[in-house]
Amino acid sequence: MIQTPESEKDMSTSAQPSSLASVASAKAARTQPTQATGTGLETRGIHAWFGKNHVLADVNLEFAAGSVTALIGPSGCGKSTFIRTINRMHEFIPGAAMAGEVLLDGKDVYAPGVDVTKIRLQIGMVFQKPNPFPSMTIGENVLSGLKLAQLKVENKDELLESCLVRAGLWNEVKDRLGAHGGSLSGGQQQRLCIARALAVRPQVLLMDEPCSALDPGSTLRIEETIRELSDSMTIVIVTHNMQQAARVSDYTAFFLSDGGPGEMIEVARTSEIFSQPKDQRTENYVTGRFG
Amino acid sequence: MTITAAPTKPWAKSPRDRIRDVAFTILAIAFSYAFVGVTAMKGKLAYAAIVVIAYAVITGVFAFVTRGAPAAKDAVIKSVVAIGAILTVLPIASIIFTVLKNGLPGIHLSMFTTDMSMATPTDPIATGGLLHAITGTLTMVVLALIMSVPIGILTALYLTEINGKFAGPIRFLVQAMSGVPSIVAGLFILSAILYPITKAYSGLMGSLALTILMIPTIARTSEEVLRLIPNDLREAGTALGGTQWRTVAMIVLPAARSGLMTAVILGIARIAGETAPILLLTGGGDKVNPNAFNGPMGSLPYYIWKSFNAGSPEALTRAWAGLLVLMFLVLILFVLARALSTRKVSK
Repeated sequence: MIQTPESEKDMSTSAQPSSLASVASAKAARTQPTQATGTGLETRGIHAWFGKNHVLADVNLEFAAGSVTALIGPSGCGKSTFIRTINRMHEFIPGAAMAGEVLLDGKDVYAPGVDVTKIRLQIGMVFQKPNPFPSMTIGENVLSGLKLAQLKVENKDELLESCLVRAGLWNEVKDRLGAHGGSLSGGQQQRLCIARALAVRPQVLLMDEPCSALDPGSTLRIEETIRELSDSMTIVIVTHNMQQAARVSDYTAFFLSDGGPGEMIEVARTSEIFSQPKDQRTENYVTGRFG
Repeated sequence: MTITAAPTKPWAKSPRDRIRDVAFTILAIAFSYAFVGVTAMKGKLAYAAIVVIAYAVITGVFAFVTRGAPAAKDAVIKSVVAIGAILTVLPIASIIFTVLKNGLPGIHLSMFTTDMSMATPTDPIATGGLLHAITGTLTMVVLALIMSVPIGILTALYLTEINGKFAGPIRFLVQAMSGVPSIVAGLFILSAILYPITKAYSGLMGSLALTILMIPTIARTSEEVLRLIPNDLREAGTALGGTQWRTVAMIVLPAARSGLMTAVILGIARIAGETAPILLLTGGGDKVNPNAFNGPMGSLPYYIWKSFNAGSPEALTRAWAGLLVLMFLVLILFVLARALSTRKVSK
């Protein structure tokens, strides 16, 4: 796990095969030491199955602390499945199986004895479809994670405001925190869901096509939010919108399935993926020749 | 320059079409009168059946003449379907009408404040009342609720949230249980509890049988409601670090609240008028009995049955009045259930 400038030397000798190591160092050198906590996230040899269907094969990725990584690729190539293995939501699907390691701060989240609810507190998730809790007000929605996980917070109002501010929603809802979450527009609901995920202070935020159900204006707001959040946390975002990947991410990983299980074809700095990808398939995809 | 446009509905029926529809209906009715008049057929049913056939034939012939065979088929099926729906409503309307007609004369204010302990079946209507029956029914329903709501909702939660190995068999048994005749539930309590253990009639025995009848209704309706809660919400709750049971308690159940209320009310409506187990287990009684655990307890179905059995004209009027009260009780519950269920589970 080589994420800070101090450990750059180790990185050059790292045995990690992917080119991410070098771009990670570039990223680390480029940015000042961020407020991001922890050392980051790494996956080693992730495979996933649904029943006998092998959907994802051998994904090795490192996510530097405080970076935004976009996962792109055609539908059905296992991107969503991959991020659901990271916070252990994969196991909710009947028939699901997996192999490999997901290291958060160097510890495998699948190790025996790991408290899975704690893992999900550290690795938050925003879903494709905005899903605010219908029985709760806007304020209750934001703080729902604390109640769900039975966490104590000293100043709830402060936390509520800071989460909504960071999600870019505060100005629109500050006068109606008691209204129901369902009364917001789709884009506002999605930002509410982001605020809700922030309230439990995750280190990592997984976003599964967070803008696919939204109009361009809302999408822009959420992209701004993502850039602001990346100062303080690691973000992994699945997107079908390549412009979006180019706009918000530091790194881009390209996933592809050629009929068999999905694989991670290439990962690099986002600018490299879009300008000089190493793999022909990546180039075909990002230039719109297929997919 | 402003363009003014009045909203029109070019596809709506013209007045001429309407007149023709009414004319066909009158023609069908007139034909059925004539047919019943000249043939040996008798009774309301004959009128109804012949109106249906006549209307279908008339509209069918008209459509065939103007627009051909497919249109004729369409017209015949349309009228058969529409009249089928009307025929379903007729018996219900007839029941309501009969109960109102026979029951209203027996309704007086003091019946809600007195019981039958000081009145005999031949006393004038104004003496006595059905307070003991109303309180008895309410007591038994509340007791049955206390027992069946937790069991029913927990069963539904097992079937939807845990959905374990036994979910299939349990679902099947719950469905089978909802078809159990009420007298079987009554006999079961009679032979399993009343005879061997308590050896006495009481409201509790009645409510135990009602619980058996109520659990499947509540469990099945709750299961349907819980299934409607989008899985996204469960995933969102879990992804926020909630355990399964905190997610269910904080998110799934509150989201399903109005639907669960409906399930409970449908359960109440299912048992409020149950008669067979009540006759077997409660012992009736003409006095208000506030203690469900000791002594016979009256109830509306028992009161109605007993009054009809007494046979005197006053007792019959009392029975009809009791029916009216019971029907209104159930009606109120159904209106309540509808009002609660139309506030749909929000997405």
